[in-house]
Amino acid sequence: MMSMKKEGYPKYAPGTHVSRKDIRNKNKTYTWWEPEVQYSWAMGPAISRFLQELKNGKIIARCCNKCDRVIVPPRMFCEYCYKPTDKWLYIKDTGTVETFSIAYLDGDARRIKDPILIGVISIDGASPQHGFMHYFGEMKPEELHIGMKVKAVWKPEKERTGAITDIKYFKPLKGGGK
Amino acid sequence: MRKVAVIGAGMTLFRRILQETGKELSFLATKMAMEDAGIEKKDLDMVIMGSAPDAFDGIHLKGENLLDGAAAANKPYVRVFNGGGTGVFAPIAGWWHVASGVADVALVVCEEKMGSCFPHPQTAFRHIWDPFLDRPLNTNLVWLFAMEMNRYMTVHNIKKEDIARVAVKNKRNAVGHPCAQLPDENITIDDVLNSEVVAWPVQRLDISPPSDGASALILCSEEKAKKYVEDPITIAGVGWNIDSTMWTNRDLYFPRYVANAAKMAYKMAGIDNPRKEIDFAEPYDPFDYKELQHMEGLLLCDKGEAPILTREGVTQRDGNLPICPSGGLLGVGNPIAATMGQKVCELYWQLAGKAGKRQIPTDPQIGVGQAWGDIMQMGTVIVMKR
Repeated sequence: MMSMKKEGYPKYAPGTHVSRKDIRNKNKTYTWWEPEVQYSWAMGPAISRFLQELKNGKIIARCCNKCDRVIVPPRMFCEYCYKPTDKWLYIKDTGTVETFSIAYLDGDARRIKDPILIGVISIDGASPQHGFMHYFGEMKPEELHIGMKVKAVWKPEKERTGAITDIKYFKPLKGGGK
Repeated sequence: MRKVAVIGAGMTLFRRILQETGKELSFLATKMAMEDAGIEKKDLDMVIMGSAPDAFDGIHLKGENLLDGAAAANKPYVRVFNGGGTGVFAPIAGWWHVASGVADVALVVCEEKMGSCFPHPQTAFRHIWDPFLDRPLNTNLVWLFAMEMNRYMTVHNIKKEDIARVAVKNKRNAVGHPCAQLPDENITIDDVLNSEVVAWPVQRLDISPPSDGASALILCSEEKAKKYVEDPITIAGVGWNIDSTMWTNRDLYFPRYVANAAKMAYKMAGIDNPRKEIDFAEPYDPFDYKELQHMEGLLLCDKGEAPILTREGVTQRDGNLPICPSGGLLGVGNPIAATMGQKVCELYWQLAGKAGKRQIPTDPQIGVGQAWGDIMQMGTVIVMKR
């Protein structure tokens, strides 16, 4: 029978700590592998149209007639009503900062000196809190705040490729937009 | 459904890199749990493995790779996985194996090796993103949590120092844990507030470390458990719930999926008033703000109230509602799935009065553990009772 003694569990902590230095200096037996693999994804009708419209300098959404949502990023079905969405709708290229971060870390967790301004923008003309993640620019980090009105800055038409990066970033919206 | 008891638990050291392979770590954690329960491999009917993204280890079919270490050879075996939610979801899967009557004794093993991935496990996290909209922005996972933290802070007007208190509490709590990676009995709020800004508002000491480690839990039908233990600790309720993939289409300030999972678990456990009935909790704390948000998601306080309770000392080990008495992920370490060691094994150790230096002094009867995973959308909840 196991007894309910007051001694501390776990009673011991098995395992052997090694440092990254041990690995780098080959003090431990190890092996190394760098995968070489590439992927190509066909994007499906909803995101394909969305990205092609970005190439045209426009943001497009899908509407669900049942829950009355104007949905962006668009999808061909509504995940809540669980039915096909009903129509395409162009929305604005302005919006509101829902949240943001001032990042001193890049995609590989490397430290960077000039911070990346990143956040979620809800797009004007879509349902509340419907939008996507993107960068911010033409502002100081301390100017960026939740609730700020922003506007897309587009790449020159010739440089657009049908990608989310066809928008360079969002900048402060002053004087009521276009 | 049958009642399910916990009869043994084990965990390894948690460190940035451990020399042992994932298989060997699984073996070490399992061996400890078997010793605790007084059973052998032949007594196990089935095995459940929990492990998070394959990309960390660089080994696909990770479940297959780990099975020998998890005492699963020639047994019914399954791997479950929902990112950070796995550490509580794997024992939930173990629970349904036993509750359904399919197994009398089930072993749950959780393993993670994040130290194998270079230059940093964050690189592997890049593979979890939606490839169409998120990946082209060269996204880092910490950015996402920074955005969630910012939203939470802004909606409730929470000060950073009230969030930093969580990191201080948990790193101090971890001092009594033999497996802990980052225990610190002298850490102060200023240390956290003065640590490097990684992605504002997230600072270095707001984050739990990446770790290698494993943990194990042995579940048994309550009837059969009496053969091994006088007063078995039982699983009173389980719940799980997931929100939409479209994370930019919802308000990040409140984890409604955790609340849904908690309601499911409380209903099963017959808990009408979690604030009164639950004695302590192990909410998932990969970042300090997450503990607060998850206390609210677990319906242990009002939205925005968790920082106030923390400031008032309610969540200290000797407070009215001890939170993360194990030391949590912030203090003990964060080998994703293997945090079952803090979120579920700790419930068992606390309820059995076996937590030693970490023991909650007020004789707890009911505890809740919770994990959070996938891309800010998965809540997994377990309620355990003495």
